[in-house]
Amino acid sequence: MEQSAEAMQNASTVSSWAILALGVLAAVGGAAWVMSRISADFRARNTFERITSWVLLACSAVAILTTIGIVFSVMLETVRFFGKVSPIDFLFGLQWSPQTAMRADQVGSSGAFGIAPLVAGTMLITLIAMFVAGPIGLFAAIYMAEYASDRVRSIAKPLLEILAGIPTVVLGFFAALTVAPALRGWGESIGLTVASESALAAGLVMGMMIIPFVSSLSDDVINAVPQSLRDGSYAMGATKSETIKKVVLPAALPGIVSAFMLAISRAVGETMIVVMAAGLAANLTFNPLEAVTTFTVQIKTILVGDQEFDSAKTLAAFALGFVLFFFTLILNVIALRVVRKYREQYD
Amino acid sequence: MQLVTNSIITPPNPAIMAERPVKIEARNVNVFYGDKHAIKDLSIDIPDRAVSAFIGPSGCGKSTFLRSINRMNDTIPSCRVTGDIVIDNKNIYDRDLDVVQLRARVGMVFQKPNPFPKSIFENVAYGPRIHGLVKDKTDLEETVVTSLKKAGLFEEVKDRMQHPGTGLSGGQQQRLCIARAIAVNPEVILMDEPCSALDPIATARIEELIDELKQNYCIVIVTHSMQQAARVSQLTAFFHLGNLVEFGDTNAMFTAPVEKRTQDYITGRFG
Repeated sequence: MEQSAEAMQNASTVSSWAILALGVLAAVGGAAWVMSRISADFRARNTFERITSWVLLACSAVAILTTIGIVFSVMLETVRFFGKVSPIDFLFGLQWSPQTAMRADQVGSSGAFGIAPLVAGTMLITLIAMFVAGPIGLFAAIYMAEYASDRVRSIAKPLLEILAGIPTVVLGFFAALTVAPALRGWGESIGLTVASESALAAGLVMGMMIIPFVSSLSDDVINAVPQSLRDGSYAMGATKSETIKKVVLPAALPGIVSAFMLAISRAVGETMIVVMAAGLAANLTFNPLEAVTTFTVQIKTILVGDQEFDSAKTLAAFALGFVLFFFTLILNVIALRVVRKYREQYD
Repeated sequence: MQLVTNSIITPPNPAIMAERPVKIEARNVNVFYGDKHAIKDLSIDIPDRAVSAFIGPSGCGKSTFLRSINRMNDTIPSCRVTGDIVIDNKNIYDRDLDVVQLRARVGMVFQKPNPFPKSIFENVAYGPRIHGLVKDKTDLEETVVTSLKKAGLFEEVKDRMQHPGTGLSGGQQQRLCIARAIAVNPEVILMDEPCSALDPIATARIEELIDELKQNYCIVIVTHSMQQAARVSQLTAFFHLGNLVEFGDTNAMFTAPVEKRTQDYITGRFG
């Protein structure tokens, strides 16, 4: 033990000296090389441009390669998962209970991997969130872009965007500890049974969270509508609200749609709020007063704690992740296409 | 009182004024943008059923004054207007005046064609719809077709009424904007450099159109082109540094201007 500690010490001393020596050597060598290259007809500025473009390319490559790597690793695990569970059962099964026996002698269920309840839960919560964030976000954007004076706008807009900066875990316990009990209280007072973890509570708070996404993007696209169109409408004797309804919003509609798409993909991928407020029970229901569960919650639940890494249960997390990724990818592609179409419109 | 002597008003050709009643009567109009005094104590009588052209160097206030005739300056928060502008015996700056109704009576065509990103039909139908001028669909179609005909655009677009208005050429877009303006039966049409974004052929078409429209409307046009003013207008007003320097018969002004500044501008010595 002591010997090995000493050896370790020696090794680290040697290595730190070696690093120093190498560093000095590199510096001297580099300097020598640089000196040798300096000459009257050496075009330093052009060389710098070339090096810059390589550095920038390398940085973008890191981001792109990471994405590709993640997609591939998730895809490979998903393929392994489909070796154990048939894709048909996975995509169209109506029951989700991923508990499997860990050892051969354990008594346990063999697990059911139908994602229908997760799809239903995710859609239900997203729908509720969009019912909150859609109108509120859009109307807030219209106010900011068309009605607010510069002074109000300069104060209100950053304030609204602070909402986007609240950590979702904070919103999560706000949902679980304030909104959910309040909903249950109100529900009971009018004779409804509301689960203490309900889709409604999670959806409402998630809606609050994505308001800034909708409003900020919509605000930008409304501002991008040329003033000349508004002038044209006012000069025809249209009022402000008529102008907004009939000229500004239709012109900005593709951009607004893409803002909604991005907000939806954000809502679908959100985890903390639903973990804390929506529950774990995989109920196949569209009743917003019951507990439901989502893709993200199940991924987190499956992977937390000690797990075997080749059981169907663990691999299911990757399959879920892949489906989720695919879904948000489609939404983003649609959003981007719509935005591109929008750009062509005025030119 | 010093200010008034600044503007010399040449007596307009009696023939022009006699057969045409005064449509727009401006008295002591001042326009401010914040602290900037953009129009200084301006008084002018603009006749009906004639084309009056506003000329002058950039920043002289001609567009600003044009925009105060249909109160488009209201949309600029820092803008303030004093004095009276009377159209048909009604001061348009009266507190009880409905600006929406005013703009239906005083149409406007802008420098850059600005059709809405809607179909050709919907562009023209916009005004009649918001003002509730039509009873039903056939009525609306009739109004749209008549307006397009008056704007000389109908023959070119009759087979593609549902195509986007933004897909037309610049000159067609501008005529579409004129059709859109006349669809609500205005009495006055204000044109703010309507040809400055167009090529000479499209410009010629618009000028022909303006000449036809003057039979039925009071037209006020701001232009940078003195040739255009000479071609299309019966009366010309010369603006300089926020003052109305001279206003009178177009032919007289271009051949024998009263004011030195007008002469200098027309002969190209400044501006």
